[in-house]
Formats: sequence, structure tokens, C-alpha cells
Amino acid sequence: MSVTIAPVAVTDGRPSPALRARIQGLVPKLVLAPSFLLVLIFVYGFNLWTVFLSFTNSRAFASTKLIGLANYEKLWNWTFETNPPSSWYTAIVNIGIFGGLYIVFCLALGLTLAILLDQKIRGEGILRPIYLYPLALSFIVTGTAWKLFLDPGIGLEKAVHDWGWTSFKFDWVVNPRMMIYCVAIAGIWQTSGFVMAMFLAGLRGVDGEILKAAQIDGASTYATYRRIVIPIMRPVFLSAIIVLAHMAIKSYDLVLSVTGKNPGGAAELPSTFMYSYTFTRNQMGVGSTSAVIMLMTIAAIMIPYLYSELREKGQ
Amino acid sequence: MTAADLVVAPPPRPRSGQSVITRVVIYGLLFFFAVIYLVPLIVMVMTSLKPLDEVTGGNMFALPKSATFAPWTRAWGEAAIGVSDTAGISGYFMNSIKMVVPAVLISTLLGALNGYVLTKWRFPGHKLVFGMMLFACFIPFQSVIIPMAVILGLLGQIGNQLIDATGFSFGFGNPTVNLVICHVVYGLGFTTLFFRNYYEAFPTELVKAAMIDGAGFFQIFRRVLLPNSMPIIIVTVIYQFTNIWNDFLFGSTFAAGDQSPMTVALNNLVNTSTGVVEYNVNMAAAIIAAAPTLFVYVVAGRYFVRGLMAGAVKG
Repeated sequence: MSVTIAPVAVTDGRPSPALRARIQGLVPKLVLAPSFLLVLIFVYGFNLWTVFLSFTNSRAFASTKLIGLANYEKLWNWTFETNPPSSWYTAIVNIGIFGGLYIVFCLALGLTLAILLDQKIRGEGILRPIYLYPLALSFIVTGTAWKLFLDPGIGLEKAVHDWGWTSFKFDWVVNPRMMIYCVAIAGIWQTSGFVMAMFLAGLRGVDGEILKAAQIDGASTYATYRRIVIPIMRPVFLSAIIVLAHMAIKSYDLVLSVTGKNPGGAAELPSTFMYSYTFTRNQMGVGSTSAVIMLMTIAAIMIPYLYSELREKGQ
Repeated sequence: MTAADLVVAPPPRPRSGQSVITRVVIYGLLFFFAVIYLVPLIVMVMTSLKPLDEVTGGNMFALPKSATFAPWTRAWGEAAIGVSDTAGISGYFMNSIKMVVPAVLISTLLGALNGYVLTKWRFPGHKLVFGMMLFACFIPFQSVIIPMAVILGLLGQIGNQLIDATGFSFGFGNPTVNLVICHVVYGLGFTTLFFRNYYEAFPTELVKAAMIDGAGFFQIFRRVLLPNSMPIIIVTVIYQFTNIWNDFLFGSTFAAGDQSPMTVALNNLVNTSTGVVEYNVNMAAAIIAAAPTLFVYVVAGRYFVRGLMAGAVKG
């Protein structure tokens, strides 16, 4: 083996100015490299690894035995297995219910609160933080609080009974068929303030001159919002929907804490499905397949969005 | 960044001759929603101050008749977490702190350097690098968790061999170190995004002038950019602190038993199936778990919201 030493321009023991400049030019890349490498390995490498695992028959431990699309076929068949419902079918139905309610109600509440707050309100500085504070809580804390609040034995139902309405019934949080709605309630409570902040920023960005012009033309407040303000805020709607959709798909802790560890898989979501198949049911191949489906769904939402955002900024 | 500033400083908005009734309705609705957002927290606090028989027998909206701090001391020092451990949540609180501090500091520093390179030392392909790092913010952790488990398992084996050889593991296989790795790697996307967007608006002329004066890469960073970065450092630290403190998925997967962080301990405490459910102790523990992030929110809410908006509204 021969070792070649690159000729280095050594003059007086110190690197020449040209070499120094080249080293200087390398420094920024060397500084960025470790982070980029970490992302390449831990994000892209690991995602590919999971994709690979989804084609193997991995059970309790990762295996390298390829079985083609068998895991995907399994999930595909489970998607239509309704009687009795398979866990995957339940997960798909639940993410539809949860995600739909979560996105629609967060948008509706967020927009309503933002418009109300934008009416020159006295005490806005007190109200705004109240709508936003749930965001500082962890989903586990939120879930714990709502589980108690909705518990029929000591929570809302009991309180309403004490007040005299004894036929009132609200036991969703212990009713397997309704649990997912309680998860949605807790999720909406936690995130709607955030959507409010996004919309409020959007509203404050609307040019006051346009509104003045509309007012002079005799447009009612309702018409102004309906026909001018909300159309201007279309990008905010898009951002909010994308953020909410990807949060809904990632929701995991909230389900466990609101339902008390998801008894009987009644509130199964793809995220909990993935976890239980991988780590407790020893079907890592199926678990990673569901993880790949989650990843693909999020990628389908995020990549076009990020691409257009970055492009716009570049112009 | 501008979007968040808009939330904070409302520009004058023409008041379109609203009637008294409209104003009353607006304030009424805002007040109603404020109550809805506050009630779960108030119920939590009141429940945590009641003796257990008052929780199970009384109305959750009633003020505590014989207020007691006993649930708080029990939650902190005596409550049973899981099966065997009866030392309360204090140890887990410390676990979380030991994990959060290094993870926040490392990811923030790396984010600052990355943002600096990506704006002031651009190279061909910088946009692609940034875009790839940005996508790291949105991946579902389910799609990386199996490879992560494999790698951390390997690190644990290395640690065991090191213990055999030298009597010390050098941090290999330590659950806290594992969690720091996870949170640094998957936080890099956000911290880089924050600093990149901030430094994008930082005048490049100042950097050029410093270069002409002979300042190097790190000198410029330390003397020119860092002194002007306080707002974005606060935003990033708060954002990372909140996210990492509130994480559950990594904590529950990679740090079992008495090494687990606060959120995992809280979930175990609330869901223990043995004995009587001590709702008051659960609520006290939940408030303790939420206290650090809530405190940050109360003292630095502006920066908190700014981070959220910067994390949501891309580009």
C-alpha cells in the first residue's frame, strides 16, 4: 500500500493565504455537516430502514427475511374486515372521526375566536393567553384532566346530577364506542387556541384600507368578513389545515391518557396500532408497514406544502 | 416572525358602528369561551386540594370544604408509580430536568450554527439541505422508532462491555443520554428553521464588514450574530423546552422504570390498576408535571407564541 502525500505549499511554516482561504471556505460546511449527517441517518436512513422492515417477516426482533408485499396485503385486507372489526379497520375509522372533528372544530373555533378578538376588545391581553395556555400542557396532562372531567362517576355527569338534572347522561369516556369523541374533545380544547393565534395574525395582516373601502361602500360586517377578509386569509387556512392534519396523524399520547391506555383497542389510531403491533404483539413487520403508511400520508401532505413555501420565498 | 408580531401589536381597526347589543354578544361569547378553556384547569386544581372522600362523594365544581395539601405531598414523595416504586414523582421530575437541559442546549446551539451557515455562508444546494432538514420536523416518530430502538440497544451493549472492561459506561446505554440523543436529532429541524429565518433578516452587510476586517467564521458568529440573537434564542429554548418536557413517545419507549421522564411517570400513576384511584393525588401530580411549561408560558408567553407561529408558518 502506498501513501501519497498531497503537495502542500509550505513557505514559512504557516499555511499560505490561498490555503487559509480554502480552509476558511470549508469551515461552514464542516459546521453544518454533523447536523446534516445526523438528519440523513436518523431521519432518512431510519425511514428507509422502516420501509425495509415492512417487507420482512420481523416479529419480536428485526429480521432480514423478505416476504414481499405480504404485510401490505394483510393491512389491505384488514382495512375491509368490519365484522368483527379488525384493529386496523378501527384505527382507520377512528382517525377519520378524530381527524375530521379535530380539524373542523379547531378551524371553526379558532376563526370564531380570532374574529371576535379582532373587534377592538378591551382585555384582549387577558383573554388571548387564556385561549392559548392549553398548548403549554403535555397531552398526558390534558388527557388526565379530561378523563377526570368527563368521568361519569365523579365528573360532569355527577355534577349535573347534583344540580338536579338527574336524567343527564354523559358516559362517553368509559363507553368504548364513544371514547374517540372524548379524545377529539380534549384535542380540540388543547389546539384550537393555536389556530386562533394563526388566524388572528392573519386578520391583523389584512390591510386596513381595504376594510375602510368596504365600509364606505356600505358592506355589512358579515359581508366584509365573508367576501373580503376570509378569502384574503386563504393561505392561513391552508397552513392551519396542514398543521392540524399532521398533528392528528401523529396523535398518540392523548389517546392513551384520555382513554386510560386504550382499553380493548376501542380508541385505536394508526399511531397506537403501530406501537402495539411492534412492541407488544411482536409483529414488527406489520407495525412497520403501518408506520410507513403514516409516513406516506404525512409526506403527501407536507412535501408539496414545504416545496411551494420554499419556492415562494426564493422568488 | 412578522406574523407573531402582528398578534402582539394590533393595528387600529375601524370600528364599524357596532350596536350595544353586538358588543354585549361579542363580550359574552369571549367570556363564555374563556370559562370553557379555564374550567378543566380549575377543576384540576380544586380536585388536587380536596380529600379523597370529597372528590368521590362531592361535586367537582364545588370549592374544597376542607382544603388540604396532603395530595400534593403524596404525589411528590409517596405515591406509587407502577408496581413497586412508592417514592412519588419527585425522582421522575428530576429525570426530566436531567434530560431537558442538555437536549435543549445542544439542539439550540446546533440550530444557531446551522442557521448561520444556511444564511450567511451559502453554498450551492443550501436550499435542498434546508428543505431536507425541515422535513425532519414533520415525520411521525413511529416511522423511526424501530431503527432507533435497534441502535440504542447496540449502544447499550457497548455500554455493558465498557462496564466490564473499565467499570464505567461513559453514558452508553444510559436512558437519559438516549433520550437526549433522540430529542437533539429530532429537534434539529425546528431549531435550524428558527435560526435560519431569523438570520435571513439579519443584515449581511454587517457580516461582510466583519469579514473585511479579518474576522473568521466563528468570530463573526460570536461577536456579530450571537449578541443580536437573544429574541430567537429565547424562542427556540422555550419551544424546545416545552416539546421535550412534554414528550411521551420516546420517553415511554426508551426509558423504562425509574429512569423514565415525568410524563411517563404521570401516565403510569394515573393508570395503575391496583387499589383505590386517588384522583386528588393524580391531579396534584398532573399539575406538578405541567408546572414548568406553564410557568414558562406565564412569564414568557410572547416568545412562546412566537415559537409556535414560526414552527407552523413555514418559509
